[in-house]
Amino acid sequence: MNHDFASSLTLIAPELVLTGAGLILLVWAAFFGDRHATGISIAAVAALAAAAALTSLAPADGGDIFAGLASSDAFSTFAHVLIYFAAAVAIIIAPRFFRAHTPGGHGLMRAEYPILIVFAALGMGLMVSATDLMTLYVGLEMNSLAAYVLASFIRTDTRSAEAGLKYFVLGALASGILLYGMSLLYGFSGTTGFAGIAAAMDADFSGGLVFGLVFVLAGLAFKISAVPFHMWTPDVYEGAPTPVTAFFASAPKVAAMALTVRVCIEAFGPTTFDWQQIVIFLALASTILGAVGAIGQRNIKRLLAYSSINNVGFALVGLAAGSQAGVAATMSYMAVYVVMTLGSFLCVLQLRDANGAYVEDIARMAGLGKARPGLVAALAIFMFSLAGIPPLFGFWPKFLVFDAAVRADLLPLAAIAAVSSVISAFYYLKVIKTMYFDEAGDDAPDWDRASHPVESGLIGFTAAIVSPLGYLAIPALAFVSGNAALALFP
Amino acid sequence: MIQTIAFYLFATLVIASGALTVFARNPVHSVLWLILAFFNAAGLMILLGAEFIAMLLIIVYVGAVAVLFLFVVMMLDVDFAQLRAGFVRYLPLGALLAIVLAIEIIFAIGAWQAGAIDMGARIAPVAADVSNTHAIGQLLYTRYIFLFEAAGIILLVAMVGAIVLTHRTRGGVKPQDIGRQNRRRPEDATRLTRPESGQGVEL
Repeated sequence: MNHDFASSLTLIAPELVLTGAGLILLVWAAFFGDRHATGISIAAVAALAAAAALTSLAPADGGDIFAGLASSDAFSTFAHVLIYFAAAVAIIIAPRFFRAHTPGGHGLMRAEYPILIVFAALGMGLMVSATDLMTLYVGLEMNSLAAYVLASFIRTDTRSAEAGLKYFVLGALASGILLYGMSLLYGFSGTTGFAGIAAAMDADFSGGLVFGLVFVLAGLAFKISAVPFHMWTPDVYEGAPTPVTAFFASAPKVAAMALTVRVCIEAFGPTTFDWQQIVIFLALASTILGAVGAIGQRNIKRLLAYSSINNVGFALVGLAAGSQAGVAATMSYMAVYVVMTLGSFLCVLQLRDANGAYVEDIARMAGLGKARPGLVAALAIFMFSLAGIPPLFGFWPKFLVFDAAVRADLLPLAAIAAVSSVISAFYYLKVIKTMYFDEAGDDAPDWDRASHPVESGLIGFTAAIVSPLGYLAIPALAFVSGNAALALFP
Repeated sequence: MIQTIAFYLFATLVIASGALTVFARNPVHSVLWLILAFFNAAGLMILLGAEFIAMLLIIVYVGAVAVLFLFVVMMLDVDFAQLRAGFVRYLPLGALLAIVLAIEIIFAIGAWQAGAIDMGARIAPVAADVSNTHAIGQLLYTRYIFLFEAAGIILLVAMVGAIVLTHRTRGGVKPQDIGRQNRRRPEDATRLTRPESGQGVEL
C-alpha cells in the first residue's frame, strides 16, 4: 500500500500544487485583503501554469491513482491543460472588469476571485481524471460550489445574485439526479469503479442499471447544459459578471464534456447502443434549440449562451458516434471551442463606453466597426469561426465530428446537425452585420477606445489560433486528441 | 426475545414520533419530536450492529442538525399556518409523489429479494475481526484518503463562499485595538492645569 501511495502522489502532483497554492493564497488574502488582489491573481495564474506544466510532463500512461479512484492518462492530460488554460484566462481578464464594478470606486478586485477559480480548476481536474463515481462527484461538487459563488460575485447587483441563486438551485437538483443515478448503479453493480460498472453491465444489463445510466446521463447533461437541461444557461450567463461567464462557457464545459465522454466510454462501454440513443437525442436537441433560440436574443451574453448550447450539441455528435475517432473529434472540438469562446468574451469585455459602463445590447453596437475597427475585426473572426465557415479554424472540428458521425452510420444525425449549423450562422452573421453595416443610432454609446495590452494580446493570440493560421496546428491537435481518445479505448 | 421487543419498541416510537413531527401544531414541538425519532432510529441501527451509524445519528443529526433546526424555527418569524394553507391544493401532487416513492421502494425490495445484487464485486471487503467503526476508519484514512481530503477542500470552498457572499465591513463600529491601548501613555491622555479662579478651563 505504501509504495502505491508514493506513485499516486506523484501522479496527482498538479492537484497537489493547486491545493497548496489555493491554501497559501487564501492565507495571503486573509492577511492583506483586497489590496493584494493583483499579486494573488498573478500567483494563481503561475500556479495554474505550473500545474499545466506538471500534467504535460506526466507519463502518458501513468495509470491508476489510489487504487482506481482516478486515472492519469493522455485523456486527462489533454483536458487538464485546456481547463488550466481557460481558468488562467478567466483570472487575467477579471481585474479590469471588477474595478469598474466596485461600489464607491475604490478600484479593487476581491482577492477571493482568483482563489475560487483555482479551487474550481482543482475540482475540474478531479472530474476529468475520475474513474470512480465518488471521485466524479467530489470533483463536480468542488467545481460547482465555487461556480455558484462566482456567479453571484457582484452581490450588490441583483442580476448577479439572481444568477447565483438560480444556478445553485438547479445545480443542486442536477446533483440530486446524478447522485440518485449513481446510487442505482452502485446498488445494482456492487461497485463505484467505472471498470466494475462496465463489467456488471456486460454481464447483465438489468432494469436498475438502465435507470442508473439514464439518471447519470441526465445529471451530466445539466452540467454541459445540453437540451433539455439547458434552461439555466441563458439566465446565468447573462446575470453573472462577464469574466465569470467567460469562465463558465469554457473550463467547466470542457471538464463536464470530458467527464461525460469518460463515463460513456469507460463505465457504460458495453452498452454503447443504449447510451448512444440518449446522446443522439441530446446532440440533436442541443444543436437545433441552440441555433433557433439564439435568433431572437438582443443581449450578446445571452446570444453566446445559446451559442455554447449549440456547440455542446456539435461536440456530442462526435461522442454519439461512440468510436475512437468520434471521441478524438469531440476533444478537438472542445479545444477549438474554448479558444473561440474565450476570444469572443474577451472582445465583449472591451465593449465599454467612455464612462466605463459595459454595453451588452447588440442593437447599440451599430457603428462599432468604425469606432474600434481592430476589435470588431477580431470579433468577426470569432463569429465566423463559431459559425464554422471554412477558411476559419472553427470549420475543422465541425468537419471532424460530422466525419466521425458519418463513419459510424449516423448520416441523418450529421445532416440535421449540419443544417442547424447553417441556421446558427444567421445570428453570428447578424452580429457582424450590425457592427459593420448598421448606422449608429442616437443612443449609440461614446466608445472607450483605450485598449489594455494584456487583453489585446490575448485577443490577438486567440484570433490567430482560430484564423486560417490554425490549420498549421492540425497535426499537433490530431496527435494529442488521438492519443487522448486512444487512452479510453484499451 | 429481548431483541424483538427492543425492535418493536424502537420501530413504533420512530413511526409515532415521525407522525407527530408532521402533525404537531407548534413547530418547536415538531423539531423535538424529530429529535426523538432520530434517537429511536439510532436504537434500530444498534440492533442491526451498525454502531457507527447510530453514533453519527446522535452526534450529527441530533447534536448539530436538529439543534440548528430548532434555532431556525425559534428565531425566524415564519407563519406556519400560512405555509400549511395550500395543503389541499397540493394534495394530488403530494399523493402522486408518495405513490412514486412507494413504487420505488417495492422495486428496490423486489430487486433485493431476487438476489441480483452481487456484492462480490465490492472492492473493499469487510474484515471479519474488526468492529465496523474501526473498518470504516481504516478505509477512510488509507484507501479513500484522497477523497476524504478532497471533501475537506469542498467544505473549505463552501466556507470561503459563504464569507465572500455575506461578509461586509461595517462602518460605525468601535473595535478594540489592544496594541493601541497599550501604546497610549498617560501624557497623551491627561493634562495638568491650574486654572485661575473664575477663568474656567480650556478643553
